[in-house]
Amino acid sequence: MLDSKIPEGPLKEKWTKHKSKIKLVNPANKRKYHVIVVGTGLAGASAAASLSELGYNVHVFCIQDSPRRAHSIAAQGGINAAKNYPNDGDSIYRLFYDTVKGGDFRSREANVYRLAEVSNCIIDQCVAQGVPFAREYSGYLDNRSFGGAQVSRTFYARGQTGQQLLLGAYSALMKEVGKGAIKLYPRTEMLDLVIADGVARGIITRNLVTGKVERFAADAVVLATGGYGNVFYLSTNAKACNVTASWRAHKKGALFANPCYTQIHPTCIPVHGDYQSKLTLMSESLRNDGRVWVPKKKGDTRQASQIPEDERDYYLERKYPSFGNLVPRDLASRNAKLVCDEGKGVGATGQAVYLDFADAIKRLGADKLKERYENLFEMYERISGVSAYKEPMMIYPAVHYTMGGLWVDYNLMSNLPGLFVIGEANFSDHGANRLGASALMQGLADGYFVLPYTIGDYLAGVKSGQTKTDLPEFAEAEKQVKEKTDRLLSIKGKKTVDEFHRELGKLVWDKCGMARNDAGLKEALKRIPEIRDEFWKNVNVPGSGTDLNQSLERAGRVADFLEFSETLVRDALHRRESCGGHFREEFQTPEGEALRDDNNFCYVGAWQFQGVGNEPTLHKEALNFEEVHLAQRNYK
Amino acid sequence: MPHDPLPNLIIMTKTITLTLKVWRQKSKSEKGKFEVYKADNIDTDMSFLEMLDVVNEKLTKEGKEPIAFDHDCREGICGACGAVVNGQPHGPLDATTLCQLHMRNFKTGQTLVIEPWRAKGFPIVRDLVVDRSSFDRIMAAGGFVSVKTGSAPEANSIAVAKKNAELAMDAAQCIGCGACVAACPNASAMLFVGAKVSQLSLLPQGKIESKERVLKMVKKMDEEGFGNCSNEYECEAACPKSISVTNIARMNKEFRQAEVDS
Ligand SMILES: Cc1cc2nc3c(=O)[nH]c(=O)nc-3n(C[C@H](O)[C@H](O)[C@H](O)COP(=O)(O)OP(=O)(O)OC[C@H]3O[C@@H](n4cnc5c(N)ncnc54)[C@H](O)[C@@H]3O)c2cc1C
Ligand code: FES
Repeated sequence: MLDSKIPEGPLKEKWTKHKSKIKLVNPANKRKYHVIVVGTGLAGASAAASLSELGYNVHVFCIQDSPRRAHSIAAQGGINAAKNYPNDGDSIYRLFYDTVKGGDFRSREANVYRLAEVSNCIIDQCVAQGVPFAREYSGYLDNRSFGGAQVSRTFYARGQTGQQLLLGAYSALMKEVGKGAIKLYPRTEMLDLVIADGVARGIITRNLVTGKVERFAADAVVLATGGYGNVFYLSTNAKACNVTASWRAHKKGALFANPCYTQIHPTCIPVHGDYQSKLTLMSESLRNDGRVWVPKKKGDTRQASQIPEDERDYYLERKYPSFGNLVPRDLASRNAKLVCDEGKGVGATGQAVYLDFADAIKRLGADKLKERYENLFEMYERISGVSAYKEPMMIYPAVHYTMGGLWVDYNLMSNLPGLFVIGEANFSDHGANRLGASALMQGLADGYFVLPYTIGDYLAGVKSGQTKTDLPEFAEAEKQVKEKTDRLLSIKGKKTVDEFHRELGKLVWDKCGMARNDAGLKEALKRIPEIRDEFWKNVNVPGSGTDLNQSLERAGRVADFLEFSETLVRDALHRRESCGGHFREEFQTPEGEALRDDNNFCYVGAWQFQGVGNEPTLHKEALNFEEVHLAQRNYK
Repeated sequence: MPHDPLPNLIIMTKTITLTLKVWRQKSKSEKGKFEVYKADNIDTDMSFLEMLDVVNEKLTKEGKEPIAFDHDCREGICGACGAVVNGQPHGPLDATTLCQLHMRNFKTGQTLVIEPWRAKGFPIVRDLVVDRSSFDRIMAAGGFVSVKTGSAPEANSIAVAKKNAELAMDAAQCIGCGACVAACPNASAMLFVGAKVSQLSLLPQGKIESKERVLKMVKKMDEEGFGNCSNEYECEAACPKSISVTNIARMNKEFRQAEVDS
């Protein structure tokens, strides 16, 4: 059993008490401690800035040419906090409760409570940085409601909340860079973690412009490298999102928790060709006014407007009369798949359903709709060439977020001392399903208000500046990184990196996507090693390793996905229950709803690496629910 | 014979053929030149970057090195992508980044000249990839509010007039892509700097440091080799987020005031 190091005492007092007991580093000594932060999304940028302000010596790495371009920039909808400005009954407890329930009772109560507790400070901090949140005419902050909650607790900056929050964190980061307190390494990819005597000592990186492989030593390493949604190839994630940093840390001993918890967002623009490189999300808010339907008849190829009312199946309204089109993400997604599997899907591929605004236009007028959704309708038209004022939108679910990640304890430290993991890269707060507007909250909570305390507790117990890059472990790790690069470049096979990535993505999507079953998962477990073997024999990576080589970058990431996906599928196979984003067809209620098995699976499944292709070892962390009563979610 | 209706749900895919003249340059120090490629069978539903992906897959299969270009979100928000297409930064469509530009905006038989941003402040790294770290250095010089984590007051303790909040948001939408610099005959970065200066000086939280900020950011901008503004307004026209040149005017006002006071 894993020790999560949850502090003693009542839930509501844990964090406060813990903070007051935490060991402190003498301010005069902080400069002597070196901390590496990998990643500059919300989690990494906020952590790096805050640690530097405290006086630590911080080194920051990212793949993009500027820290401002991390994937967090793309978040649209908003960020939750328990401010209760609208006076509609919100509280820290309610935010905590909604998050635990939304996560289908597979998250750690103590972490979630802390998250809700610090949520309000995040809004204060961001406003002070100059984040231009939406405001009311009074000049005070505006809120809106979001899926899975009955209160309005979401703060937003038009449809660009992630951008504005990230630019806030980035500006804090650059303030420290300007002072010379942070050293920044953009276009630099971490390719290995260095462990000596069981402790994280540093990283090996590759400069993406010059190809130079380098060693960096530190007293602690923080991974803020985001989620692994791109294992599916097509997802709403940015193209550079990857599992490399997490996976290589995993290969060095860090446990990987709940990889099978992946979130599929119901309203994305469908795939329209095999050249497709990514999927675009259309905000969930559209389901407030759009009605989801498919033709009742299989293979009906008539144009939407030609299909009479009584030949349409508004399946969400039919199956969930009280929530209708507003059921949670996992239900909306799964039901879209069900009707398409029955052959009722629409569009060129049959992999789409209608989201129809005709009734809303009749009821409210096109102008009202324009006021509410103008930018979304515009984006839809830009991509599809179709006006949603005239024709219903076509939508289909797509991979969006990954709840699983490296295992961390209450202090956000992995099982390897000195290795901390924050943001989407860890598994900590969302259980089996994340609620909308909670990822931004978690990334910033980790970076601004949790890690700066807990890392001090660790560093206070170690002597500073002990690590040097001349340890044999650094030399060995560097050698392996170089060998891997050389090997990738020397294969000169017949298939491109993207061809392999597409093949893997399709397999994982088909067998381990929205619905999973024993036979399919076993088939995937057979296929993945075959694809991986072929990759290492037949991939073609052009160019050299001594300059900017984007094919080489992608090849390294795909090679890691080809290993990681096996663990993802194994986790899905072992979890013989349905919960949140993990739906096993064998485990459902007679009505087709997810059926949890709390007697046997109320735990975090954390995997230990045992060699490529070998079955990893499962470690369990029991989840104890003291505050919230375990119950089946009901949205009928 | 049974009536077989035209499956009009199926969006008829249309394909076009283009000639690409693409700037190829191995590194900053090596000389570059245009290479010509045929882009056949380009589905008009593709984005511009997907079209480049297709060309790159073909080049790779032919044993050639693919065209390097920056990109990440492919949703018009990260600011990574960008190239000059037939003389226009981000191509012909208004308020649209290259990744959001779709091929239905081009005609079969067209020749597209594709070049990187060209500016002293943006040295070429490879092909269409340029080094925009000068923007980061300008930000590090003063593009922030010096508030430390933990020292912020309660968020609603200071009201901000909605009008100012909206204007600040208009300016804050800048994605830092650099199209404004590429479009300007003087390779000026005034729109980029003006947007940040405006955003922060419009808000009470940023007002306190506004003088110091504008002086430091403008000084850094000059040091980085960006030119001056001569009111061409090309920047606003090229900006994928339609950031207005009024932000430059606001910055100039702030700057003059700051100089007088300092
Ligand atoms: C389209 C979209 C919309 C969303 N909307 C919302 C929303 O409205 N509300 C909400 O709460 N959440 C939303 N999310 C989720 C949320 O945006 C992400 O979960 C969150 O931003 C992740 O932040 P992060 O800091 O953990 O990682 P990221 O922002 O992904 O940053 C990862 C960083 O790590 C770096 N990195 C990765 N690997 C390496 C390596 N090997 N070496 C060096 N650097 C590396 C990258 O360069 C980058 O800087 C949305 C997600 C998507 C895809
Ligand atoms: S790729 Fe992000 S703006 Fe174009």
